[in-house]
Amino acid sequence: MKRRTFLGGAMAVAVVGQGSRALAQQSPIKIGMSMPQTGGLAGGGKASLLGIEIWRDDINAKGGLLGRKVELVVYDDKSSASETPAIYAKLVDVDKVDLLFAPYATVPTAPIMPFVKQRGLLLMGNFSFQVNSKVGHDMWFNNAPWGPADSWAASFLDLAQKAGGKSMALLTADQEFAQNLALTARDVAKKRNIPVVFDQSYPPNTVEFASIIRALKAAKPDIVYVASYPPDSAGILRAVNEIGIGDDVKIFGGGMVGLQFAAVMSNLGSLLNGVVNYNTWLPEPSMYFDGTKAFFDTYTKRAIEAKVDPLGYYLAPFGYAMGQMIDAAVGATKSLDQKGIAKYLRENEHKTIVGPIAFSADGERKETATLQAQFRGVKDKDIEQFRSSGRQVILFPDKLKTGNLISPFEAARK
Amino acid sequence: MFSMDLLLGAVVLGVLLGCFYAAVSVGLSVSFGLLDVPHVAHPAFLVLASYGVYQLNESYDIDPLVAGLAITPLFFLFGLLAYRVYYETFEKRGSDAGVRGIAFFFGIAFIIEVLIILQFGVDQRSVSATYIGKSWRFGEFRIPIRQLVAFAVALGLTVLLAVYLSKTFMGRAIRAVAQDEEALRLMGANPVRIKQFAFGIATAVLGIAGALLIIVAPIEPTLDRAYIGRTFCVVVMAGLGSISGTLIAAIILGVAETIVLTMFGASWAPAISFAMLLAVLAVRPQGLLGR
Repeated sequence: MKRRTFLGGAMAVAVVGQGSRALAQQSPIKIGMSMPQTGGLAGGGKASLLGIEIWRDDINAKGGLLGRKVELVVYDDKSSASETPAIYAKLVDVDKVDLLFAPYATVPTAPIMPFVKQRGLLLMGNFSFQVNSKVGHDMWFNNAPWGPADSWAASFLDLAQKAGGKSMALLTADQEFAQNLALTARDVAKKRNIPVVFDQSYPPNTVEFASIIRALKAAKPDIVYVASYPPDSAGILRAVNEIGIGDDVKIFGGGMVGLQFAAVMSNLGSLLNGVVNYNTWLPEPSMYFDGTKAFFDTYTKRAIEAKVDPLGYYLAPFGYAMGQMIDAAVGATKSLDQKGIAKYLRENEHKTIVGPIAFSADGERKETATLQAQFRGVKDKDIEQFRSSGRQVILFPDKLKTGNLISPFEAARK
Repeated sequence: MFSMDLLLGAVVLGVLLGCFYAAVSVGLSVSFGLLDVPHVAHPAFLVLASYGVYQLNESYDIDPLVAGLAITPLFFLFGLLAYRVYYETFEKRGSDAGVRGIAFFFGIAFIIEVLIILQFGVDQRSVSATYIGKSWRFGEFRIPIRQLVAFAVALGLTVLLAVYLSKTFMGRAIRAVAQDEEALRLMGANPVRIKQFAFGIATAVLGIAGALLIIVAPIEPTLDRAYIGRTFCVVVMAGLGSISGTLIAAIILGVAETIVLTMFGASWAPAISFAMLLAVLAVRPQGLLGR
């Protein structure tokens, strides 16, 4: 009897063992990406990654995708365009990931576009600008709210012209993203007969902007469109504050990357007042959708231990939204077939925590949702002030608008 | 578009910028120029000092310059330790130590970058002081006060170091070890200890230079990479080991950069450092004030 009990027990253990082995053998779905975790784009990259990680944890808590856990395979691309081609080749050929997310920003993303097109792979874009315009890959979907290429510059110049702006200065970083912005700004200005009286690109690692701002001021523009990268945006604004920009300037800003990040905003404090700049998400009542508040509750807690942007408005919710779209597409197609997922993403509108997203044929948003907002009443050294509405008044798009432009720029700074 | 006002402004801002470049390069002029140590981690030490200044400013509201002065003794000790490790592991072991030493200092630079990221994260950091964000106005012309502060402190630091190396007993010993290490050994002096002390001095001045770095512009962990080219360019153009040459070379570089930025287009500015270096070396291979 004892022997029979022992045998029975042993068999039961063996059966249970087989079952759990079968569950364990159901491998996770791997999503591969590089992300800038060092270098100039690291601040954004880390916040974006945290948004994606929160989605991964949420989806795994709900049972994963197709009943399989989601695993992220992430490498640091050091904010460098030269690193990403090798990383993505490794993700596909060595790590054998199931799906690909792009790194944050244009510079590291641009070099991998030919690779994903050649291999016929789906790539979820992560805040790059116009990287697919020449490549024409039909399995590219950008999570950013940019929309049509010229809408960004057009919305800024709309505001500028309404304020009486007639001539434009263009100050641009020598980087892919900023140069693309400048290109569209020149095109829009040409169509509207706005003369460009100053047009300069500055190289990465420029230490001091005082001399550039002096030259810009001497050109006497009344619209100043700046397309800069995070390390430079702070230097430019500081120089503008010290050197002055002239009383003629009606509107200043447009495409300054960096002014969306808490550390930079906190450091610059009152220097931000009056600047009109693009943004993607702001804590205004019209910007809350299903799940937005819960996401930011989680993000705020995890951002402290992860030492990333404590606000996380600019990128993190869009990283989460990228996961939501994959969740919807994989759920609807019930497979990991990349062509099927791409077809679903192209043909449907997707509910996300940053609002509904629909794609046009080039994989960008059908309609722009990029905000132009003016900094108002910002005090020095206070991150918490940016959590309340009213610090960045939304001027565009009209359906989200929360105020009107204060112009000229010098008056708006007071 | 040419304008005399713009040109004059560019020259003034260039001199201020040049003095700042001198301050961040003068330590390298001692460690690389006089001691022949391939100190490619010099800009990483500089950024580390800036983070030290940031920490003191943020936590205790200490003025950045005072904070820079406060961390100087710590950086002196750090320099002594760094040289001792370099000497024991590389320099002592033979003539090809220089090549392997570059790997050592590159390694240290990367470790410093990672440690800064772990401790402070990747975001930009800056300090607050009454002289940051304001300017002095002369009619239509304005000069950022932070640039004037950097100019004055950098000038003082460079002159002080030049006087120390030429007038004091220890300073002359450092120059002697640079000229003929073997002769010093024959006279009963220990050249390794003198070099270690000199490396300590070269690292200590980074306390002040680091303060100037974060006063002039916000910092981030990988900022050292932006300064490797500039600092080595200044030191080589100056003539190895020449402190006054470092000041002159840095001012030439600063003025050339700002004139190009203002008058000809910002895209050309990075090329100017190395174009000027090549031009100077073509005429004077030993550098401006090198022997």
